[in-house]
Amino acid sequence: MKRHLRFKFFLIVAVILICVYGIIGVPTSKAQLASNWRNSIHLGLDLRGGTYLVVQVQQQDAFNATAGTAADALKEALRKANVQYNDVEVDDAKTLDQATKVAVVVKGVPTTQAGTFRGIVSEQFPTWLLQPTNATDYRMTMRPSDALKMWTDVLAQTKNTLDKKINALGLSEASVQQRREDRDSELLVQLPDVDDPGRVKEILQTAAVLELYDVRGGPYASREDALAQNNGILPPGTKLIGGPSTGDNSRGGGVYLVSRTPVIHGTDIRDARPAQGDLPNTWDTEFVLSQDAARRFSSYTGSHIGQRLAIVLDGKVLSAPTIQNQISDQGRITGAPTQQDAADLALNLKAGSLPASVKYEQESTVGASLGADSIRNGFIAGIAGVLAVIVAMLIYYKKSGINATLALILNAVILIACLSYFGAVLTLPGIAGIILTIGMAVDSNVLIFERIREELRAGKAIIPAVDTGFNKALLTIIDTHVTTVVSCAILFLFGSGPVKGFAVTLVIGLVANLFTAVFVSKFIFDWELSRPKPVTALSI
Amino acid sequence: MEIFKQTNFDFLGKKWPFIILSLLLTAAGLLSLFFKGGPRYGIDFTGGALMDVNFVKRPPVEAIRSALHTKIPGEIEVQEASNSQSSGPSQEVLITTGVLDENVQTVRGNIVSALNSRFNRNAEGKLDINLASQTELADRLRNALPKAGVPLSDDQINALVGRIMDYRRSHSGLIANLGDLSSVSGVTPQVLNVIKQECFAGDFAIRSTEVVGPKIGADLRQQAINVVLIALGAMLVYIAFRFEWIYGVAAVIAVFHDTIITIGLFSIFDKKIDLTVIAALLTLVGYSMNDTIVTFDRIRENLRLQMRGSFTHIVNVSINQTLSRTVLTSGLTFLTALSLFLFGGQVLNGFSFALVVGIIIGTYSSIFIASPILIFWQNLAEGRKRTSGRPVVAASRPSVSPAAKAGKPVRTAK
Repeated sequence: MKRHLRFKFFLIVAVILICVYGIIGVPTSKAQLASNWRNSIHLGLDLRGGTYLVVQVQQQDAFNATAGTAADALKEALRKANVQYNDVEVDDAKTLDQATKVAVVVKGVPTTQAGTFRGIVSEQFPTWLLQPTNATDYRMTMRPSDALKMWTDVLAQTKNTLDKKINALGLSEASVQQRREDRDSELLVQLPDVDDPGRVKEILQTAAVLELYDVRGGPYASREDALAQNNGILPPGTKLIGGPSTGDNSRGGGVYLVSRTPVIHGTDIRDARPAQGDLPNTWDTEFVLSQDAARRFSSYTGSHIGQRLAIVLDGKVLSAPTIQNQISDQGRITGAPTQQDAADLALNLKAGSLPASVKYEQESTVGASLGADSIRNGFIAGIAGVLAVIVAMLIYYKKSGINATLALILNAVILIACLSYFGAVLTLPGIAGIILTIGMAVDSNVLIFERIREELRAGKAIIPAVDTGFNKALLTIIDTHVTTVVSCAILFLFGSGPVKGFAVTLVIGLVANLFTAVFVSKFIFDWELSRPKPVTALSI
Repeated sequence: MEIFKQTNFDFLGKKWPFIILSLLLTAAGLLSLFFKGGPRYGIDFTGGALMDVNFVKRPPVEAIRSALHTKIPGEIEVQEASNSQSSGPSQEVLITTGVLDENVQTVRGNIVSALNSRFNRNAEGKLDINLASQTELADRLRNALPKAGVPLSDDQINALVGRIMDYRRSHSGLIANLGDLSSVSGVTPQVLNVIKQECFAGDFAIRSTEVVGPKIGADLRQQAINVVLIALGAMLVYIAFRFEWIYGVAAVIAVFHDTIITIGLFSIFDKKIDLTVIAALLTLVGYSMNDTIVTFDRIRENLRLQMRGSFTHIVNVSINQTLSRTVLTSGLTFLTALSLFLFGGQVLNGFSFALVVGIIIGTYSSIFIASPILIFWQNLAEGRKRTSGRPVVAASRPSVSPAAKAGKPVRTAK
């Protein structure tokens, strides 16, 4: 009996030490104690202040672009193989749901050349499925497995790009996560300490697709005008770019006739930075090309001196300067209104372009002042609740109430230590979870004590009464705890943000409670009863 | 101290008034839900924007609403928020508006500019220190301080701005008067002059914003309903596994009853149901289940001990035996929930309301709903098995499994 108790004693002391170490470490000074305490508790956005964004990645952009490239390549392949056709065009996906159903529609392939046509498609376009719609027309759609792969790739790529942008903003603790697994196209962006997400939102949403095109004609006032001046058809291998400029006329605008494929595009950029402009109070963004692109660019500019080059950002022509001499790897985008605009553009160019645009679906900002209020309120509520419970226990169960109080305090210590060890985030619903844990902890004590009283009332001696009380209450306690843990597990698996935080703290609290209310509390009773001086009456 | 010493209340004999009360409460809630067209969901579930704005001196609610109407289409709700900080009248309001999927990005800016144009003083070119972010203020001062002959390093400026922001934070987000900043360490009269030159103290601060697109709202609502149903299902399975299936059914009916009444009360009191309220409902389900299990455990134990008397009698004794635990635990958890309701502040208001109400209902449903269902089932089963009035003697069936005995009246003494 004695040895048994000693073992339990050391186990309990060890748990306490591990917990205290987890919370405050081994502080050498008061200041260090405070800072360790602060570092061990990770506050959620709702308590420390910050912004939480949910963006939906518009997959259809990427799918449409891929189909566009495939359509161009198909035309080229058909021309080379001398296969006739009337038309090859993309049936764009309009919404996210339709993204994977994007199709390339081929019309007017003579029945005599159907075999060659099929051969080309199956050989050169293995990711596409060909379905005839009638004798001469076909519809190409993406194979489901390839579409699925592309979907996840686009999502991952968008996530990476957003991550880079956020890091470049210096928001070190910010994070981008996939909101849910499977087929979702949503990303969750968390920005601690950001009160006003305006600028961040702008930056995250900027696609920053920079392209340099060979100019073949223009500028024209409008697309119609451009078509009219080219006798209604565009020369082969060209396209129109720019167009109805959206309000902002200060930078570029105008429609240009340019080469179909850009000379340089976004992924060719190695570095970018803001720089002072030539005129006072103007700002430029300098960019540096990657080695490979620099070689291409240098040979292109060398052979096109005197011609114009269109600098296109996000489909808008910023300017179309004339090439003065051979340029190798440096470029400059002029005309940013402020230094910050120039810096933001540099940041976006460096982070790379988004494969698809993003749309904001949810935004939640908590100012730090409200967070501080919530902490204070939660703290006051917690303390008030605990004090009320302790006082009631001490009055109702006298000395045994002390036992329950010790168990309650230890429970709180273990709970905080676990949150610290797991790196769990404490949110407002989490605080609520802690307060409810107190309720459950009290319940266990009450169940046990009531049982002991009953046994004493039935005439049992003290030691057997305590033992039976604990044993009988244990069954009930396990049942109640398991049901709550089951519901918490479901909350955690299927619930979202705030609900999850609640489930985590409650589960940790419940498990800690099994240890404190049953194991520790029993130990205190046993220890009290095993003292040499026999106990004649239990204060309960 | 003891409240109940060996009580022997005939709970089940008096069950009818309580069952009728339950039905009345349920009916009242359902009627309210029916006439109000379903529960009032928070913006988490419907989509919309919610903004918490703290004014130096709050304009009338009606004036705020009409100012917003000029820029924001659709329904606008402006509500006084309870502010636990100040003792005077609350200067804080909660603004709720609808939102369309394509406006999610702009709605915050629109609300701020509508408020700005009506309620903020106009200071051309100056920075509103109550709306400025930390970086904005730092950028502003980084340019202005050297010009005014106050050379500070970047780190010093950041630290200074950090302290100003701390000051703002500890004053509910509002600096009423720029002069107040002189109490912040590092704000010398010179620095204060620069601040006064560059900034002004606006008349309101935004303490939180939440914008949820309608699509996500619908998603979250569906998710919440699923979670509640799955959680109930899982508990039913667990209890059916630990006891007998009818116990699981009785427990689930009881917690379902609690949930319906609580949702009904939310509707009657015109309170909104959002994600945190769902968390509260699930907690209630947990508590009520807890209570029910404690009682059922006792019933099972007493059946195992082959206590004398009819099944109804055994149930009644079991309820009495656990009564002091039930009252004490419920009382104490009620105290913690109440402290959350009283001191937990604005954000947890819905959550703690659900708990305060739910703990009371949950406690009584274990006694007056769950237990009568067991007895009702027992009587039904008995009625099918025999026609005479004599109860079955359990000892004649030598089964030791408690599951086989539960629900059978027993006559044999221990």
